[in-house]
Amino acid sequence: MIASPPDLKLRRIIADFPILAKRTRRGKRLIYLDSAATSQKPQVVIDALVEYYSSYNANIHRGVYEIAERATTAFEDARAKVAAFINAPQSAELIFTRGATESINLVSHSWGLQNLKPGDAILTTQLEHHSNLVPWQVLAERTGAQLRYIPVDGRGEHVLDKLDELLSGVKLVALSHVSNSLGTIAPLEIIIPRAHAVGAIVLVDGAQSAPNMPVDVQALDADFFAASGHKMCGPTGIGFLYGKRALLEKMPPFLAGGDMIKKVTYEGTTFNELPWKFEAGTGNVAGAIGLGAAVDYLQGLDMEWVRAHERSLMCYAFARFDELATRGLQVYGPHDRDRVADVISFNFSDVHPHDLASILDTEGVAIRAGHHCTMPLMEKMGWPATARASFYLYNSEEDVDALMDGLEKAASVFNLR
Amino acid sequence: MEDFYKEYILDHYRNPRNFGHLDAPDASAEDLNPLCGDEIRMELQVRDGRVLDVRFSGKGCAISQASASMLTQTIKGERLEDIARLSKDVVLENVGIGISPTRMKCAMLGLKVLKSAALGEIASWPDDDPHTASV
Ligand SMILES: Cc1ncc(COP(=O)(O)O)c(C=O)c1O
Repeated sequence: MIASPPDLKLRRIIADFPILAKRTRRGKRLIYLDSAATSQKPQVVIDALVEYYSSYNANIHRGVYEIAERATTAFEDARAKVAAFINAPQSAELIFTRGATESINLVSHSWGLQNLKPGDAILTTQLEHHSNLVPWQVLAERTGAQLRYIPVDGRGEHVLDKLDELLSGVKLVALSHVSNSLGTIAPLEIIIPRAHAVGAIVLVDGAQSAPNMPVDVQALDADFFAASGHKMCGPTGIGFLYGKRALLEKMPPFLAGGDMIKKVTYEGTTFNELPWKFEAGTGNVAGAIGLGAAVDYLQGLDMEWVRAHERSLMCYAFARFDELATRGLQVYGPHDRDRVADVISFNFSDVHPHDLASILDTEGVAIRAGHHCTMPLMEKMGWPATARASFYLYNSEEDVDALMDGLEKAASVFNLR
Repeated sequence: MEDFYKEYILDHYRNPRNFGHLDAPDASAEDLNPLCGDEIRMELQVRDGRVLDVRFSGKGCAISQASASMLTQTIKGERLEDIARLSKDVVLENVGIGISPTRMKCAMLGLKVLKSAALGEIASWPDDDPHTASV
């Protein structure tokens, strides 16, 4: 198979990311295939941060002077943009957090401690990132609720045969939209209605879906949706939680402090309205503004295009990987191109993924190796670790070729035939 | 890093020396490196405070397994107190040069486990790189 060179749109996108023009210490082009860990940032996002800090840096929601008003407006505009990006009905339902992990913890602490009691159950899946697993283990421990798992098969696809049984007594279902280890796209269209039918609410961990595909929280009918800015072209330290207003209204604040209050006396406090009730203290103003710029950038490209681009890259990568199958390259995860997003997990003969990643690094190819924060999944599958390449909107078929060349090099270093 | 994957590293990776278990070890320890998922167990047979025999077992990357394998070849006859005081240089000398900071723990896991076995308690990482947080 021959790589198609990047078309004009892709070339323009690549040029938007200054880091992609940099050379590695060995003088190689940077082939960044670890966007599932964090994405690179386009210049417009970097500029938005610089512009805030150099032109209108001020705290928000309080100052009445010009730059404070400008900062407040930019912050709240960013909220509206992110809300629109996932088609949330109202901006007030969009809470800024540090990222997906904090968003999930907000729900587990606030909603979870208020609503769960012994005998209740929480349902998640065997695919989850530690961020969407450990908080539920902790919550189950604290409330006496039971934690259950939707199993996955050997390809990492959800097994729904026993879903009704699993859902009995469940108050909360928490699952990732896209798996960061295997790229599996969860059958939310099946699971969410069935969860609602038994009166459970559903939290969708969208850390890997929001960057890579169009997301419509209303069409999904998700009760909560969590994601991280840094995986979707935005800065680190900013993310969001969407929650249905009716739920958020009834939930107690997660953190207490400034900004989340309406009136404070020595006797007590009236909490602020949504979304500020959940945003105690000075938030990540620059981060939110940067995330707003990232969302503008993504929408300018069109998320349908992003998904189609990644799908076509995945097809090309799967085809190229097949060429090495006889030499011991094993690809994990779903084989149905419509059920897998941006991630390919694999192993190459007896080469440990970390050795593979180190050898690829000498060629400028950045991939991830390890358990990808899904230790129970790795153990279930019997893989001590996997190598993971993840693709994003700035990757090209030429990047896939560079990965293949790196694998050839690893084969020669390790004397694989 | 290329330099690192020398022939003898791969040899130790594929044909580890002193690999397996002792019937009745006098001292043992095991640990893992959460970064790579490397696991190593060391078992020692001790006479008069000296290592009479050693076996290691485990799985993981070539760097962790080869450096543990090479280490077992260098410690027979050594006193436990001396083993507990070994510095990372012994590993670096064994494996040669060129380990990046993130891979240092892979190289040092065998030594950490060996020192733990000698000390009878968990030894700290034999290096002070900043990549010590679990992932
Ligand atoms: C599926 C999934 N959920 C949650 C997270 C946690 O995101 P963060 O570390 O940005 O909070 C990640 C990050 O790797 C992820 O891939």
